Amino acid sequence: MTLKAENIGLVKQQYFTFGEPPDELKLDSGKALGPITLAFETYGELNADKTNAILVVHALSGDAHAAGFHEGDKDPGWWNDMIGPGKALDTGKYFVICSNCLGGCRGSTGPSSINPQTNKPYGLNFPVITIADMVRAQKHLIDHLGIKKLLCVIGGSMGGMQVLQWVASFPKSVQSAIPIACALKHSPQQIAFDEVGRQAVMADPAWNEGNYYEGEKPERGLAVARMIGHITYMSDKSMEEKFSRKLKDKDYSFKFTTDFEVEGYLRYRGDNFVKRFDANSYLYVTKAMDYFDLSGAKLIPRAIDVRFLVISFKSDWLYPSYQSQDIVRQLKIRGVDATYCEINSTYGHDAFLLEVEEETRLIKHFLKKTFHGYNIAR
Amino acid sequence: MSEKASLDYRIITDIVEPNSRVLDLGCGNGDLLYLLAKVKNALVQGIEISEEAVYQCVEKGLSVFHSDIDSGLTDYPDKSFDYVILNQSLQEVKKIDLVMDETLRVGSKAIIGFSNFAHIGARFMMFFRGKAPITKSLPYRWFDTPNVRFLSISDFKDYCAVKGFKILQVRYLGKKNEVSFWPNLFALNAIFVIQK
Repeated sequence: MTLKAENIGLVKQQYFTFGEPPDELKLDSGKALGPITLAFETYGELNADKTNAILVVHALSGDAHAAGFHEGDKDPGWWNDMIGPGKALDTGKYFVICSNCLGGCRGSTGPSSINPQTNKPYGLNFPVITIADMVRAQKHLIDHLGIKKLLCVIGGSMGGMQVLQWVASFPKSVQSAIPIACALKHSPQQIAFDEVGRQAVMADPAWNEGNYYEGEKPERGLAVARMIGHITYMSDKSMEEKFSRKLKDKDYSFKFTTDFEVEGYLRYRGDNFVKRFDANSYLYVTKAMDYFDLSGAKLIPRAIDVRFLVISFKSDWLYPSYQSQDIVRQLKIRGVDATYCEINSTYGHDAFLLEVEEETRLIKHFLKKTFHGYNIAR
Repeated sequence: MSEKASLDYRIITDIVEPNSRVLDLGCGNGDLLYLLAKVKNALVQGIEISEEAVYQCVEKGLSVFHSDIDSGLTDYPDKSFDYVILNQSLQEVKKIDLVMDETLRVGSKAIIGFSNFAHIGARFMMFFRGKAPITKSLPYRWFDTPNVRFLSISDFKDYCAVKGFKILQVRYLGKKNEVSFWPNLFALNAIFVIQK
């Protein structure tokens, strides 16, 4: 019945710059920032009416490279399973956009970018940003692409928060929203994990108050932060299934080396992460998540015409289902057309990247109905 | 209307006025809501506990919340819907009073469909065979039934009287057609339309 899903071929990153002085972007902090460059990729074709555009928003460590392959790369983009011809976000029908967030380090302006006033990296002179600031920057990109209304904004984890922020900030520019494995506000537990990660970075002597771009980088600190992160992305059960108490060698070493596979995995993940992620970006982006709070009526202050598909995962203890149900509660109070599904997964928070089949079943048909209009008989 | 639709679906579709706002508690795979949207242009929403059924609803283009009935109603403002439907799901509800009160707070009217435990077939099984009844409308054995409530048409009328619910309409269902003669004995299912 379904089309055979295919991969997108080679893709290229593009760049959009705006906010040249004196038209800098006004931030929640009261400061202004500009010029701002956003790295982005697009897949599929924008239709003549510009009504088939879907914005994909990434999580903490994601980037603009959501699908397809970069020249010479072995691995595809981070959500390649979901984006492509015949997939959940069908590039045969839809025009898919993904941009690296403001404050990031994968082509968009962030603390590792050059400050035009000093010709040196911003470091801690970069202003503290919020999820709303990220979304404001994305709005400039969407305007630049000539899109008045996005068919859908979709993302998991921090991406889900940006989805909610899009609805709160620009309800008239969004036709539908798919927040996955996220929350209306960061809970004390979520803030606590972020703070431990930040403290790990800042405790690394190489961090040097954020001024490390010309010397040694705070790789140990950032790797530890990432290791903690990975623990929170898995579930007790998924760790048991993946590692159990398996040893890397035959017997215990009776030294503080990596005896267990789980230790090796975390170290590998941590060491890989520092190759592609900037420690200061980690501080800024986690801070933005911690400031996020659209609880109560802040999500939908007045009546809106946006359809919702809210997805959570049963074993996700970092963004537990009750937080998605809080979103649903606000939608019910406001009489918003919405669907909610808790997918029975054992993968923990990582499930939003892994439960492709279930997510596809939901998202594909939800988008189809959104695109073809509200009349169910069609 | 689809010829294939079951008798209870046809009767409920007949009851609901065009363009109504409808909430179906325990909407299953969404067939009834789909029918209501298609035939009566109703604005429909489902609540369903089975994950697989939620997928089937979404595949039909329906909006549905993955939740149990007992906790699914609390957040809605008063009179959010013209009709709240509990078709063949009342028997599985644990907190009946709460759910019935909430149903008639959230909906202007409620459509309640249930199997009649006092059907003649059930009575025969009890009386002559001395066994818990298994009928066309109550097909489960005692150990695999999802039902926690067993009620008759007369029971539900009494309940409405005690609760002060106004019965606007009752339809009695036989195997293939509606029945009118001694419904508490001959009806397999009943569909009540009630109001507070």
